[in-house]
Amino acid sequence: MWRSCLRLWDEGRRLLNRPRGGLIASVGPGPNPRLQARAYAPLTGPGTEGAWNPGSLASRPLSLQVSWPSLLLPYHLGGGLREERKRFYQNVSITQGEGGFEINLDHRKLKTPQAKLFTVPSEALAIAVATEWDSQQDTIKFYTMHLTTLCNTSLDNPTQRNKDQLIRAAVKFLDTDTICYRVEEPETLVELQKNEWDPVIEWAEKRYGVEIGSSTSIMGPSIPARTQEVLISHLASYNMWALQGIEFVVTQLKSMVLTLGLIDLRLTVEQAVLLSRLEEEYQIQKWGNIEWAHDYELQELRARTAAGALFVHLCSESTTVKHKLLRE
Amino acid sequence: MAALGSPARTLRGLLRELRYMNAATGRPYRDTAAYRYLVKAFRAHRVTSEKLCRAQHELHFQAATYLCLLRSIREHVALHQEFHGKGERSVEESAGLVGLKLPHQPGGKGWEP
Repeated sequence: MWRSCLRLWDEGRRLLNRPRGGLIASVGPGPNPRLQARAYAPLTGPGTEGAWNPGSLASRPLSLQVSWPSLLLPYHLGGGLREERKRFYQNVSITQGEGGFEINLDHRKLKTPQAKLFTVPSEALAIAVATEWDSQQDTIKFYTMHLTTLCNTSLDNPTQRNKDQLIRAAVKFLDTDTICYRVEEPETLVELQKNEWDPVIEWAEKRYGVEIGSSTSIMGPSIPARTQEVLISHLASYNMWALQGIEFVVTQLKSMVLTLGLIDLRLTVEQAVLLSRLEEEYQIQKWGNIEWAHDYELQELRARTAAGALFVHLCSESTTVKHKLLRE
Repeated sequence: MAALGSPARTLRGLLRELRYMNAATGRPYRDTAAYRYLVKAFRAHRVTSEKLCRAQHELHFQAATYLCLLRSIREHVALHQEFHGKGERSVEESAGLVGLKLPHQPGGKGWEP
């Protein structure tokens, strides 16, 4: 019966109505103007995910984080007062400066919340960020612009963390990795977890030559020190920007192993999100799906994970195109 | 081993997402930088030797990730508009829920200017 869960691997898409009409006229006041949309990627730590309040009728986005106090910041383009900002620009374009690629809104250059110039090293990333800004209609919804958020975090580094601290924060998740934390009952869930999660753990163990077990105890799996060292040295090979992305994805998926699967191209984003939410999917299959909660969270998790994964890949690659001569 | 499907399908999905995004702004989506970049990248990586092309797989993976990103952002915004975008009810509406009507005081309430 639980093979039906595996059908989710093939991405049975939940068909959603297309956005009502072509023009999304803003209905109601939109996100609560007193709250500030986040400018930076959420920080690691307990309780950073905005708790969803079921009784709330207010229309705040699910994951509003407290941003850098924007009242203390100078009022400028990228990090202006984060209320309902209307789209004030017509065209978005990209130019290449000395530090990298820059985004222009009309003729003004985009800046980060700390008033630094917004430069990205990769052209594809710049185009993706420009597309994000271009896709805003009427009002600017910062909570949909995940790539911009990640770039801001990397450029500003608001928590002032250096590379070691980032790596250690990410590897620390291994102690409470979702995939290694198993339940003991109900039976079907145990079997489901074994079938879905064990292959990923085996792949990770083989790929990195480490030991990561799974455990049902409340203390979680005991990860040997050697595993942590191997992973720390592997992550040290990524640059600072890619590490911000990796740490972001780890925070979203609550699992280091799944993140490794993503960056090594072993899992797609949909698969990784499904594995991360395995128990929720199990309960949904059993008890039913609530669109305005489950789907909402699913789409948001997918968006953030995809943004993080794309960010990591674009920041850690370098493309060279060699043209082969056509031999007759 | 990721179940990515065919690159053509991913490209079609990406173009569809770009079309949705630009439908509201009214600009033809073929003018956008994203469209040009995607088409150029897909064309460039099509003509490679098939044997062990890791770069091709990487590009396809990145394209699929970007497609997932665009799709899920669009659906997230749609869900938000539909379920969470309405704001709070006004006082008149709330009273109307239980069948009451607000009193109409022609002189205004005492403390209002």
